[in-house]
Amino acid sequence: MAFLQAVAKKGEASTKRRSLLPYLLLLPGMVWLIFFFLLPILTLVSTSTKTPGLGIGEFDQTYRFANFWDALVNSHTQFVRSFVYAGIATFAALLIAYPLAYAIAFKSGRWKNVLLVLVVAPFFTSFILRTIAWKQILGGQGIGFKALVWLHIVSPDSHVTASTFAVIAGLTYNFLPFMTLPLYSSLERIDPRTMEASGDLYANALTTFRKVTLPLSMPGVVAGTLLTFIPAAGDYVNAEILGNPNTKMIGNVINSRYLQIVDYPTAAALSFTLMVAILIVVTLYIRKAGTEDLV
Amino acid sequence: MRKATRWFSRNLIRIYAVLGFTYLFIPVLYTFAFSFNNSVKSNLVWRGFTWNNWRNPCGAPDICNALGNSLKIGVIATFIATILGTLIAFALGRYAFKGKGIVNMLIFLPMATPELVLGASLLTMFLNFGFNPGFLTIVIAHVMFCISFVVVTVKARIASLDPRLEQAAMDLYADERETFRRITLPLVAPGIAGAALLAFSLSFDDFIITNFNSGNVNTFPKFVYISAERGLPPQANVIGSSMFFIALIVVLLGQVVQRRRKVS
Repeated sequence: MAFLQAVAKKGEASTKRRSLLPYLLLLPGMVWLIFFFLLPILTLVSTSTKTPGLGIGEFDQTYRFANFWDALVNSHTQFVRSFVYAGIATFAALLIAYPLAYAIAFKSGRWKNVLLVLVVAPFFTSFILRTIAWKQILGGQGIGFKALVWLHIVSPDSHVTASTFAVIAGLTYNFLPFMTLPLYSSLERIDPRTMEASGDLYANALTTFRKVTLPLSMPGVVAGTLLTFIPAAGDYVNAEILGNPNTKMIGNVINSRYLQIVDYPTAAALSFTLMVAILIVVTLYIRKAGTEDLV
Repeated sequence: MRKATRWFSRNLIRIYAVLGFTYLFIPVLYTFAFSFNNSVKSNLVWRGFTWNNWRNPCGAPDICNALGNSLKIGVIATFIATILGTLIAFALGRYAFKGKGIVNMLIFLPMATPELVLGASLLTMFLNFGFNPGFLTIVIAHVMFCISFVVVTVKARIASLDPRLEQAAMDLYADERETFRRITLPLVAPGIAGAALLAFSLSFDDFIITNFNSGNVNTFPKFVYISAERGLPPQANVIGSSMFFIALIVVLLGQVVQRRRKVS
């Protein structure tokens, strides 16, 4: 009897240890995220209501919530522009990436893994280097621009860079892999027999795509559009390198408020508003698309 | 003629894919080509072929210091983020516990926050506590934004494991620890390797968060961004192209090794 009791007790102790184990596994990573993600966001919120103090770069907490209003009045144009640019770039990236992901998933045979690697490979040539490369290719002296002139697509005295088009094209280009990979992984999971079955039931290629392939790949569409839209809406590098003063995005405003003008409260108010705005858009979008299986 | 049209429509998706890849690689090819440019000040116009830039990749002032920093930061941040993220992935993938929703939220939020906000908020905190930005703060920031990506990647791998393999090991009298060491861990390893590679590439290529939290410390993307205003030295093209080829070789070797293992 004593033996059985001891066994039972031992079992109890081990389940107790087991119930503690997940928390031990979580502890170091969660501590990191709490200290270096959550706490900074809270600091950001508290900075956003401060007002300038005596010295340069010193601010006192005065709970001035009007900072948010002032910031929005001054930079609502750039705010709206960021969301419009990011939206167009996301849509363009979806149009380019979907057939690409489809080809890799279903038409590439033994080259599948190589092609997948090639999608990510441009990352390793720094993205700033690639954006500058685009600027040089399409700039007045660039080979791409000369080719376009030669093909009579643009006139010799026009310019392609320093334009809205260039900024949106840059955003589309830079985040294309973020769109392609989730699309691929959800297309790859589709059983090709479902598509064959649709064909057997006299659906043509278009109907099969619309009624079978596309709905089954929706999780990839949702994940891909989010992974493209979020960084694109907060980007300032493309607007800086490929744009002109009239294509400045909210990222450019926040960046210069922080690092050049040293106006932390306004920058913090804008950053926090951007974060909340994106979270609202993302939540609404996920609701609409009906997938909560993202993390 | 009809034959040609039929071939075209049958291969439409392949033609499209080739065009897509061309689009992806135009700037990479351009960067590679202009790494051989015999440029004087700015690397804008082709001035003839030379090996000089490849012979002397550190020729531009501070470029190799910046590259060294990027590599060091990348390795340290990848190491820490991979360990912390993998631990979290096992907790989420293998256990039911209270507060899982909050943990999932805390993993998801950094991915749903623009880099700019992450960088700006960290800098605000460091300044508030009188902490000078530098090498350490870059590493801290990189680990922070890499963790979530590691968790998601490793968790997906854990979820795709066949639970029967572990049950079989237990049936063959392996205890929990041995099952984990000899069955679970080797099966999850490719996922962990993929996550580490992802973390390194995110860290190595990061500019926005780094620019906020780096103080005087230079990294390769920062070097490129700053020197672009004065004219980019062709050595930047050399380093960008070599990183591309090195990454390609590493990943392809990894693929070969994995295939070999599968065969044997």
